Amino acid sequence: MPDTHALVNDFLNKLKKRKIEGSKATAKLTAELLRSVISQQRLPHTNQAGALIHAIKAIGEQLTAANSVEVAVGNIVRRVLHIIREEDVSLTTASIGGLSLQGLSDDEEDNPLVSAAAAAAAARTTLRPPSLQTLLEDMPPHSAAAAAIPHSSSSAGDSEDKTKSTDKNSRSRKLKHNVIETVNELIQEIATCHEQIAEQAVEHIHQNEVILTLGSSGTVIKFLCAAKEKKRSFRVFVAEGAPRYQGHTLAKELVSRGLQTTVITDSAVFAMISRVNMVIVGAHAVMANGGVIAPVGLNMVALAAQRHAVPFVVLAGIHKLCPLYPHNPEVLLNELKSPSELLDFGELSDCMDFSTGTGPPLLHVANPAFDYVPPKLVSLFITDTGGHNPSYMYRLIADYYSADDLVLQQRPTC
Amino acid sequence: MDLRRAPRTVIDPKVRHVGFFAPPDRSQSVPLPQSSDSPPLSDLSPSGNSLSPVMIPPPRTISAGLPPNRLLSPLHRFSGDSVIPVGSYNPSEFASPSVADFFEDNNARSPGPRRSRGGGGSGKFASSLPAGGFELPPEVKPKSLTTVSVVSNLQPNVTAKVGEQSSESQDVNSKQPLKEKTSKAERRALQEAQRAAKAAAKGESSFVYLFDSMIFGFFLSVLRNIEGSPSIVILSIHFTVVATVKTGKANNVQKKDNSSSIAASSEKRAGDHKDKDRKKDVPHPRMQFDDTTRVEKAKKRAVVKQTEVRNRVELFRHLPQYEHGTKLPHLETNFFSLNSVHPAVYKVGLRYLTGDISGGNARCIAMLQAFQESIMDYSTPPGKALDRDLPAKINSYISFLIECRPLSVSMGNAIKFVKTLIASLPLTLSESEVKATLSSEINHFINEKIILADKVIVRHAVTKVRDGDVLLTYGSSSAVEMILLHSHELGKRFRVVIVDSRPKLEGRLLLRRLVGKGISCTYVNINAISYIMHEVTRVFLGASSVLANGTVYSRVGTACVAMVANACGVPVIVCCEAYKFHERVQLDSICCNELGDADAISKVHGREEIDHLKDIADNENLQLLNLTYDVTPSDYVSMIITDYGMIPPTSVPVIVREFRREQISSG
Repeated sequence: MPDTHALVNDFLNKLKKRKIEGSKATAKLTAELLRSVISQQRLPHTNQAGALIHAIKAIGEQLTAANSVEVAVGNIVRRVLHIIREEDVSLTTASIGGLSLQGLSDDEEDNPLVSAAAAAAAARTTLRPPSLQTLLEDMPPHSAAAAAIPHSSSSAGDSEDKTKSTDKNSRSRKLKHNVIETVNELIQEIATCHEQIAEQAVEHIHQNEVILTLGSSGTVIKFLCAAKEKKRSFRVFVAEGAPRYQGHTLAKELVSRGLQTTVITDSAVFAMISRVNMVIVGAHAVMANGGVIAPVGLNMVALAAQRHAVPFVVLAGIHKLCPLYPHNPEVLLNELKSPSELLDFGELSDCMDFSTGTGPPLLHVANPAFDYVPPKLVSLFITDTGGHNPSYMYRLIADYYSADDLVLQQRPTC
Repeated sequence: MDLRRAPRTVIDPKVRHVGFFAPPDRSQSVPLPQSSDSPPLSDLSPSGNSLSPVMIPPPRTISAGLPPNRLLSPLHRFSGDSVIPVGSYNPSEFASPSVADFFEDNNARSPGPRRSRGGGGSGKFASSLPAGGFELPPEVKPKSLTTVSVVSNLQPNVTAKVGEQSSESQDVNSKQPLKEKTSKAERRALQEAQRAAKAAAKGESSFVYLFDSMIFGFFLSVLRNIEGSPSIVILSIHFTVVATVKTGKANNVQKKDNSSSIAASSEKRAGDHKDKDRKKDVPHPRMQFDDTTRVEKAKKRAVVKQTEVRNRVELFRHLPQYEHGTKLPHLETNFFSLNSVHPAVYKVGLRYLTGDISGGNARCIAMLQAFQESIMDYSTPPGKALDRDLPAKINSYISFLIECRPLSVSMGNAIKFVKTLIASLPLTLSESEVKATLSSEINHFINEKIILADKVIVRHAVTKVRDGDVLLTYGSSSAVEMILLHSHELGKRFRVVIVDSRPKLEGRLLLRRLVGKGISCTYVNINAISYIMHEVTRVFLGASSVLANGTVYSRVGTACVAMVANACGVPVIVCCEAYKFHERVQLDSICCNELGDADAISKVHGREEIDHLKDIADNENLQLLNLTYDVTPSDYVSMIITDYGMIPPTSVPVIVREFRREQISSG
């Protein structure tokens, strides 16, 4: 336990001091942290999933409070919670399935379990999209469950005469084991999301295309390079993305790959966008309504693209998908960086009068880090699972998150 | 448009107002507060840029008493002339007579008394120059408008003093020729002195000489600007001659006698056809640089040697893409071999090149003053006619200026004005009369089309500023700056958001000036425009030009600001003097634009750690594009404030059609 505390505190510090850059790195670290927390969590015999969820929620609350702008943390916490719930449900159904198979043979089954199974099934139907498979699972619950988890049912069936305690024990280990395994899959998925997105590059970029991007993002670099590797030739306009000027790094990377690259200032975006076929940018987070929290300046680019009917394509890994609906995101989901990136601290000291010291200061320097791009300006999201419309985002969210976890803050009463 | 319209004579076109007008309420009753001249700000004006690579001495080093060329700083222009009693929008008062009154009044007040005291011939003045020449009467000094206030042929005091040489004739009719004759003689003397100075300086290092001659040129401009008196100019000549060469003097006096007779003899004028070779001289202002044959031809004629940038941007092949660092040393070394270009024009060209003078108004004024100076120094070569030779000369100056930096629309319009002016001169005038007329008309143009226009714009625009407003502006526009300062002086409480962008970062200069005046400012990068726009109530933008389809041609980034403001429902107000309107139409920012220094993109000022592009600058795949202007579609613009009133962008062609003809013909 002390180990996890130390780990959590360390991570919290890093988040607070903004030591972790980029949502992908944050997501990966969060997932790894939660994995170690889960593996070290001691679980009670009853209601294991509940305990685990409670523990993760507590940590998640701390983590999101540390950096409320980095929504990837919250996303991963919710994903892990969802995984726990899913595994719990599937284990329960499996055991129920095994038990109810038993129940068919001898007619003396306890009712509460059956009702629990029914509740779990109901929960699953609400969580899962109404696919044919779920319908089938619902129709004949026993056979589908048995087919879905053959080994668990068979193990349950094998040890018919074993005591309940050992069954519980194996189930608890099973839950933890399954959860950790799925979290590992999640980490894997985060690690490979760039490649997954980049694979779709050739489907979206044609020969001699002119692409505009602003700033830099790992996803965009991979995406463009992947298209280049598949022998597409196209040109790229890179707006430098002041005040971080990451566009310069992107330009360097693209030039080294042999792409025709033109670096422009951010102010020239409107002038150049009329000659551009497509805008491809990265995102910081994708909200449930399809709006995008993106590096500063992108709302301007999106408006210009809309004006000239240029498709505005956002590349985002699934870990950036946030199940929250934004309210006043320009202010609430933003972060003001140091003004020294715009003005040196001493630059105007000679013409400002500090001697009086009364009244508000004359000079403010605003240096926000993010912009909010409303969903109507986005033409397409390309995620690791394929391309989606902004209006489809809410549906994707239902796939990856459970409705109970949207609010991570636990009520003080319970 | 229709024939039934009332004849023009009913309404004087000059006073016809277009659009909405400010009610003559509070701005009328409140006299413009007289802001004191503020010395700390003068070093912010472009002229005070001591980092300039050209050896243009900063004003302060010359003499503390000498005011710098203050027209370059819009701030000064504003503060200086706020004494003008522009009282009402009553058309009759607003028309040009009142302007003339004002200048008469100004002149009568400022340099008069001293002038009448300073008697004696030019020789006497020359000896007393270092003391007397620099001490300007106190009321001249803060008057940044003095340059403009010179309508020299209207000044009784000047002519009176000039009259001293010939000791008589206060008759009004004889004044002008007399004065002009002497001034003509003095021009000759000036040229002579320059030549002598050059000869004498040959032994010395060119560096020192360059410096000297710059000071000399500066003297000329400043003194002439302030005094408007030829005999003061000759003082400076004598002074310079004494200072640099000691041999020139006798020569000078002798020449002077000769030249007056030459002047008398060369007054005949030839008939005027539009000669075609004059037109050939000038490269077309919008030459297409993808036409290789024409580019080659232009190169042969070029004064400025230019090398093309390594990686040209494919989309902009039709625009000149030259390396910026290479022109300057070449021009500096060729300073003495350029016989065709007048020193004043040369100086202005160099300052365009270094970016020392920027902004449509400042560039236009600098160019007109240089032309004025060169016209004053002009003498018709024997065997040629003035109305053919002078335009050719001016054309060569213009092509030199184009080589330094492509013309702005404001300059193009001013050039058109000057050319029409020369072409429309009556043939009966003597050379000296022609020069005087040209000079005064150019002054008139600067006054009326730029300075008074700005004043009117300010007057209209302050009615749109309310207490509690948050005004956003982009870059640094002289008109907008004047509006902000004037509103502040009127006691309105508002906040200013200054949006800035690389690579010029002109907003910083504006920020500095506004904060220095005590206006509360917020400074943001252009990327943060969507963030800040939610708190903004009005957007004020300057413009390099307004085109006939209502699009606004302005500093790159203006379109972005207007677009975001439009998306957030904030009114966008463009402030532009009507002389910058142009009948051209443009749909995108690519067909006609200007490309800046590409290296400014790869280097980030003040952030040395960002040097990713340094080592790959030669890679053929990398292109750096530094656009200077962009085009804002008219539907983003809520209102254009111009000297004819506040108009919607759809009314721009009306202004262009109705007033362009009048503007040119009035000159």
